[in-house]
Amino acid sequence: MRFAVPVFPGSNCDLDCVHAIEDVLQEPVEPVWHQEEDVSRFDAIILPGGFSYGDYLRTGALARFSPVMKGVKQAAESGKLVIGICNGFQILLEMGLLPGAMLTNDHLQFRCEMQTLIVENVETPFTCKYAPGEAIRIPIAHMSGNYFCDPSTLAELKQNGQIVFRYAGDNPNGSIEKIAGICNRKRNVLGMMPHPERAIADWMGSEDGKKLFQSMFAYWKENCGAA
Amino acid sequence: MYKATIFVTLKESVLDPQGVAVKGSLHSLGYAEVKDVRIGKRIEVLIESDNRRKAEQQVREICEKVLSNPVIEQFRFELEEVA
Amino acid sequence: MQREQTVMKSKSAISEPAPEIIREQKLFKEMGLTEAEYEQIIGLLGRLPNWTEVGIYSVMWSEHCSYKNSKPLLKRFPTEGPRVLQGPGEGAGVIDIGDGQAVVFKIESHNHPSAIEPFQGAATGVGGIIRDVFSMGARPVALLNSLRFGNLSSPRVRYLFDQVVAGIAHYGNCIGIPTVGGEVMFDDCYEGNPLVNAMCVGILNHEDLQKGIASGTGNPVIYVGASTGRDGIHGATFASEELNEGSEEKRPAVQVGDPFMEKLLLEACLEMVKKGILLGIQDMGAAGLTCSSAEMAAKGGQGLDLNLDLVPQREEGMTPYEIMLSESQERMLLVVEQGREQEIKEICDKWGLQSAVVGRVTEGNRYRIFHGGKIVADIPVNTLVDDAPVYVREGRVPDYYQAYQNIRAEEAFLDVSPQEALDKVISSINTGSKRYVYRQYDHMVRTSTAVCPGSDAAVIVVRGTEKALAMSTDGNGRYVYLDPVQGGRIAVAEAARNVVCAGAVPLGITDCLNFGNPEKPEVYWQLSQSIDGMAEACRILETPVVGGNVSLYNETKGEPIYPTPVVGMVGLVEKREHITTSAFKRAGDAILLLGETFAELGGSELQHALTGEVRGRAPVCDLEKEKALYKVVLAAIQKGWVSSAHDASEGGLAVALAESCIDGQKGAEVTIQTSLAPIVHLFSESQSRVILSVPDEYVEEVHQLAEKNGVACSRIGRVTQEAHLSIAVNGTRVIGSDVAELTKRWEEAIPCAMNPSSTLTN
Repeated sequence: MRFAVPVFPGSNCDLDCVHAIEDVLQEPVEPVWHQEEDVSRFDAIILPGGFSYGDYLRTGALARFSPVMKGVKQAAESGKLVIGICNGFQILLEMGLLPGAMLTNDHLQFRCEMQTLIVENVETPFTCKYAPGEAIRIPIAHMSGNYFCDPSTLAELKQNGQIVFRYAGDNPNGSIEKIAGICNRKRNVLGMMPHPERAIADWMGSEDGKKLFQSMFAYWKENCGAA
Repeated sequence: MYKATIFVTLKESVLDPQGVAVKGSLHSLGYAEVKDVRIGKRIEVLIESDNRRKAEQQVREICEKVLSNPVIEQFRFELEEVA
Repeated sequence: MQREQTVMKSKSAISEPAPEIIREQKLFKEMGLTEAEYEQIIGLLGRLPNWTEVGIYSVMWSEHCSYKNSKPLLKRFPTEGPRVLQGPGEGAGVIDIGDGQAVVFKIESHNHPSAIEPFQGAATGVGGIIRDVFSMGARPVALLNSLRFGNLSSPRVRYLFDQVVAGIAHYGNCIGIPTVGGEVMFDDCYEGNPLVNAMCVGILNHEDLQKGIASGTGNPVIYVGASTGRDGIHGATFASEELNEGSEEKRPAVQVGDPFMEKLLLEACLEMVKKGILLGIQDMGAAGLTCSSAEMAAKGGQGLDLNLDLVPQREEGMTPYEIMLSESQERMLLVVEQGREQEIKEICDKWGLQSAVVGRVTEGNRYRIFHGGKIVADIPVNTLVDDAPVYVREGRVPDYYQAYQNIRAEEAFLDVSPQEALDKVISSINTGSKRYVYRQYDHMVRTSTAVCPGSDAAVIVVRGTEKALAMSTDGNGRYVYLDPVQGGRIAVAEAARNVVCAGAVPLGITDCLNFGNPEKPEVYWQLSQSIDGMAEACRILETPVVGGNVSLYNETKGEPIYPTPVVGMVGLVEKREHITTSAFKRAGDAILLLGETFAELGGSELQHALTGEVRGRAPVCDLEKEKALYKVVLAAIQKGWVSSAHDASEGGLAVALAESCIDGQKGAEVTIQTSLAPIVHLFSESQSRVILSVPDEYVEEVHQLAEKNGVACSRIGRVTQEAHLSIAVNGTRVIGSDVAELTKRWEEAIPCAMNPSSTLTN
């Protein structure tokens, strides 16, 4: 299974994602410079965290115009797995691959800490290895993780099981209904604020992020991995 | 040449945490009359053009496409001819 | 003569004061030069300097760039060691960590800018120290800081604290370097003059080590990064003066940091390093283009021509003086071999950075600046660096020192109940949790952080190896104020103790010397004595000083801050399994105290929290004992005998035990036999003490190891599953607290102080 990690000017979790794939799955993974448009040779795409284009204007707003995002869009439309983590999630929202938008945290501060999440839907390619309702510990680190959408979108998200992760305990950023991660209707595109690549080893304080990458691999193997 | 002064603000229905914080500070300073604070962005764009209508159309386009996010934000702009 | 005539004419053409006017009206004073220094410049040039030249000398001879007040004192530091690859004098120090790798680190102050504009002041401080590290060819892997503020009861102090932390967070988070550790202390003496010291740690392969040097006649000098604007002109001089009422107006346009730009600059420069293109590289930090270009030329023993018309500029009509002295951020100066300019340009283009050839390395020693086709400065470059004045000042023992020597600080507390004392101290903003601060810093990006902020030292693993690096910043100004020699020793010893408790061998230090006005004999005495104490500690503990920074004139309204040397220590953990934290982990473990406790409450947290005072004698630091302690702690950790290790320092034994309980959410049953009063024994801040928790089967081994090394070791209790801390002294229970209650007090100390009108947000 070949993974691409697009690198925008200002990305800073790109290598962390590369390392996570290497360490957890031992599968081929490549950083892809944002000027490259063709990502068709990859089976899955990880949009990493960071501050693409300095997060100037709005978080994720400028990255969506990078050439690589054309390729990402095609990959998403063709059913390949696309996951956006933190800034990657913000980019997916800005380009409309996922519904809603991201606002500044309600307390107006950056927040970095280990966070407990509830896995709300395990019937996605990203969560099939988790147990329904499982509480997992995954770090958050963001200034704008306050997810917002209008009531009809929210109703739709619920109805279609698109809410994949919720924050447990206190709401760390004001996100609507404590939403931490959502997927599209086809469930092949996931956006999440917490960083699963930061929870893959005992010394990191949690290994709960491993199953996310293992889920992606299991799904791919079952559905497309004949080769 | 035209200069567009663009104002991007959060939609009325969207909570503006910065505005809320500033309102709180103003109240604690004794400005009880302050009923609401909303914070937005002002963006200045210079457009090389001799056609006002075309310039206006371009500004609208970039506002819709790049400078604002229609899910949470609204915009308006003023256009003036400059030397 | 011909040339010098041209120099003067070109200046008068752009309506800057003529050289004669500068002399007559003593305008050089406004730039911070003394009369004697000005006369020295005339002697060196053999003529009157023009406006630009006076500006260049004034920044190069400022304390910030020349260390003119501290140089003779700094020579007392040991700077060499078998592992040292680069000592002081370059962007940052470099120490070998084996496998062809080295650790690069430096700490620097941004006190004065942060006092005026806390957010940008702190942010640009972080940006500057990161550039110092990657200009050595290293990949920055961690940030730390050391902060001092006045009392949080003042709204202005709350604003400064809030904004400084936000500024540090903004820069570090955006550029993607984890802020893994640091310290924050509050004391009235920092009210108008907060301290903001930022430290950066990087890793490099030996072959990538760079230097700030201009070599090879004819080679191009290349400018990379952000455009030059009028921001921060004379920042280096500003940093070398006292803050006063007029400071806010005097401050020229505040520098604004752009971490996004710096991220691009960082990646571009490291790409150049990997491709082996660079001959020399130096950050344009304090004193901007002037300092970087002059130092590079002086180090290379070459001259340099700079054409200011080629310097990318953000504003129109900038004068040579302004371009040379601008402290615009995120700029780098490079020297490459002639013919490789295109390779630099290609890398810069890829990262969307501008670059420009702005000068040439020349034969000889002339430092010549061209503007508008004319020479606007022509200076023998060595005079800027080597001929800077050096001042050995007079020191005087302050009156308070003698008086404090006779005070027995512990006598004031004999009637205080230990329980009440613990409740007070644990919820003081100095002892309380700093989570409010570090949760705003991304401390996990780069996925290498093994020990997050909150333990004695932070630890990051070195990917692809078994190694890890432990790091800590420490400095207690109260001790140094009471006794600069002991305080200086303690600053180094405590930093070393912290990395040792994390399982690391201390490698070396970087220091930031924050002091008042050295022209005052008492302040000079503090500076000189504390350097003696630090140097002694560095020698005995084998932790050379590989770089640092001096920040003098930290005063407000004529009152100096506590002398506050801050030590940034880096240690090497040989194996990941050695990484140790301060949290109690296993119920049933024995709690051992290594080291001895004396009646030492002068400058203690107990004294400060209960009385608001700082008086008496500082704790005594016996460096040989300290060294023996490290040996025992490290050996025990490496043998796998230790569940947790925690330094007993500010707040003493009682606070250290409470912290280990809180961190691990475990309890402890402690019984102490002592000849001291319980309150004194529990809150004394005697040095060279570490609390270990050890599984029963290893207790005897640890005892023997300690005995062999002459370190006192006593079993004082055991870790319990029930989260309750109980301490009995000489058979009487004096403290009994639920850990939940302690946690609450400890966690809420800073949030409550920051939000005096309400309870916790969130």
